[in-house]
Amino acid sequence: MTNVRVAGVGLTHFGRHPERTSRDLFAEAGLAALDDAGVDRDDVEGVYYGNFMGALAEHQGHQGPLAAEALGVDAPATRYESACASSGVALRQAVKDVRNGEADVLVVGGAERMNNLETAESTEALAIAADELYEVRAGVTFPGAYAMMANAYFEEFGGSHEDLAHVAVKNHENAVGNEHAQYQKEITVEDVLESPPVAEPLNLYDACPVTDGASAVVLVSEDYANDHDVEAPVAVTGTGQGGDNMALQDRDDMATSPAATDAAAEAYAEAGVTAADVDFAEVHDCFTIAEVLAVESLGFFETGEGVAAARRGVTTRDGDLPVNLSGGLKAKGHPVGATGTSQVAELTRLLRGDHHNSEYVAAADVAVAHNAGGTVASAVVHVLEVER
Amino acid sequence: MTAPGVRDAGYDDFVDALAEGEGYYLECENGHGTLPPRRVCPHCGSRELVETALPETGTIDSYTVVHVAAPAFADDVPYAVAVADFGAVRLTGQLQSDLDAVETGLTVAPRVGKSETTGERLLTFELR
Ligand SMILES: [Zn+2]
Repeated sequence: MTNVRVAGVGLTHFGRHPERTSRDLFAEAGLAALDDAGVDRDDVEGVYYGNFMGALAEHQGHQGPLAAEALGVDAPATRYESACASSGVALRQAVKDVRNGEADVLVVGGAERMNNLETAESTEALAIAADELYEVRAGVTFPGAYAMMANAYFEEFGGSHEDLAHVAVKNHENAVGNEHAQYQKEITVEDVLESPPVAEPLNLYDACPVTDGASAVVLVSEDYANDHDVEAPVAVTGTGQGGDNMALQDRDDMATSPAATDAAAEAYAEAGVTAADVDFAEVHDCFTIAEVLAVESLGFFETGEGVAAARRGVTTRDGDLPVNLSGGLKAKGHPVGATGTSQVAELTRLLRGDHHNSEYVAAADVAVAHNAGGTVASAVVHVLEVER
Repeated sequence: MTAPGVRDAGYDDFVDALAEGEGYYLECENGHGTLPPRRVCPHCGSRELVETALPETGTIDSYTVVHVAAPAFADDVPYAVAVADFGAVRLTGQLQSDLDAVETGLTVAPRVGKSETTGERLLTFELR
C-alpha cells in the first residue's frame, strides 16, 4: 500500500454567490488546488466530485464530466452523492484508489449552488436527505430533525441551549480572518439565544447558513511526489465510513451518532492512532448540536460530556483540542457537496502552517476530519498527519 | 412529479389502514418491528414479515416545533412534529394541538390528518 499525500488544496469564498454556476465555482477551487500542488493537468487520472442538490438547484444531472471539463482535465469523472457527506465519500474512494495503486494523481472536490433558490425551496431541497415517506411527508425539515436530536440529547444527558450557543460563538471567533468564510464576525451567546427560532430548541444562529462554494484537493501517491519533486508534507493516513438507519424513528437512540463512531474506529485503526493522539479536528457542525454529537463519536469526550466542551474552553482555539479552527460549517459556511473536501483543505493548511489559525496548532501532528450526511445516516472520517 | 393516481405501494396501504383505525407494523419471528414497504427485517435478516396490529397509543420520545418549513408546509407553521414510541416501532408525525402542551413522555394515538398548505394527508398524533 502506498502512502497518500495531499499535494494541493483550493477553495472559493464560501458565501452568497447566487449567480455563479457550480461548474464555475468548482473550476475556481480545482484550478487553485492544481496550482497549489504544482501538478500538470495532463497527469490527472480522475476527478471525483461531490454534489448534493444540483438536480434540483440547477436542473443539472450527470455533473462529473462537467466538473472535469471545468478544470480543463481530460479524465474520467464521477459525481458522488451522500447528502452533506458527498465530497467526504468522494475523498474516501480517491484515497483508496491511490493507496491501492489504481492512480497516482486524482482531483477530489465538490461544489454546491444553493442561494439561487428561495429559502423555502432550499429548505425542501435539504430535506430530501431525510426519509421521504416517513419524515419529509410528516413535515420534518433538516433543522427539525437535528432539533429532535437535541431534545433527545438534553432529555438523556442534560445540557442546555446555552451550552450549544457556546459552540456557535467559538466557531464564529475562529472564522474571523478566514478569507474563505461566509461570516467573519464574532457573535455572543445572547445573539444565539435571542435569534429567531427555526426548529425548537434550535435558533437561526444554531444553524449553518445557506452557502454557495466549492473546494478541491489534489491527492498524489508518495512515489509520484518523490519522482516529481512535489512538496506534500501532509498525508491521509486513515479513512473510515459508517452508516445508520435513514429515519430517526428507526434508530435505537436519537442522542448519539454511531455511524461516526464506526467511521472513526476504522480511520483510527488504519492510521494506527487513538482519539487521544488527535491534536485538532474539523467536524460537521451543520447545527450546534451536531458538533456535540461529533466530538463524542470521535472519542474526544464521553457520551453526555461533549455538550459542555466549548463552554469549558476545551475545544476553543486556545484549548487542549481545538475544533473547527476554520469557523466550521456554522461560520465558514456549508455548500453541502463541497464541505467534506473543504475540511481537508483547511486541515492541510493548518498542518502546513499557512492557515490564519496555524499558530494555535504549531506543534500538532495529527488532525481529523468528520463529515456527516443527513442526520448522520452517513459519516466519513479521515486522519491527516504531517511530517515536520 | 409522480403521475396522478400513482401510489407508493406499501406506504400508502399503511396510511390507509391507519386512517381506518387499523394501523399495523411488520413483525419478524424474532419480534423485531419495522414499517412498510419492507421485504427483509433490517435487524436480523428474516424474510418472514407479518402484519401485526399497532398499539393504540405510544409515548413521545422527542419533538420539535418547526418555524421554518418547506413549501409543502408553508401555511402550517409553527407546527410540532414528534417521534413517538409504540413498542416494536416508532412513528414520526405532527401534533396538531396546542404547541405549548407538547413534551417528551406524553401519550399519543396515531391518526391521519392533512397539511393546511396542500391538503395532502400526513401522519399525525392525537394527545390522549
Ligand atoms: Zn428481525
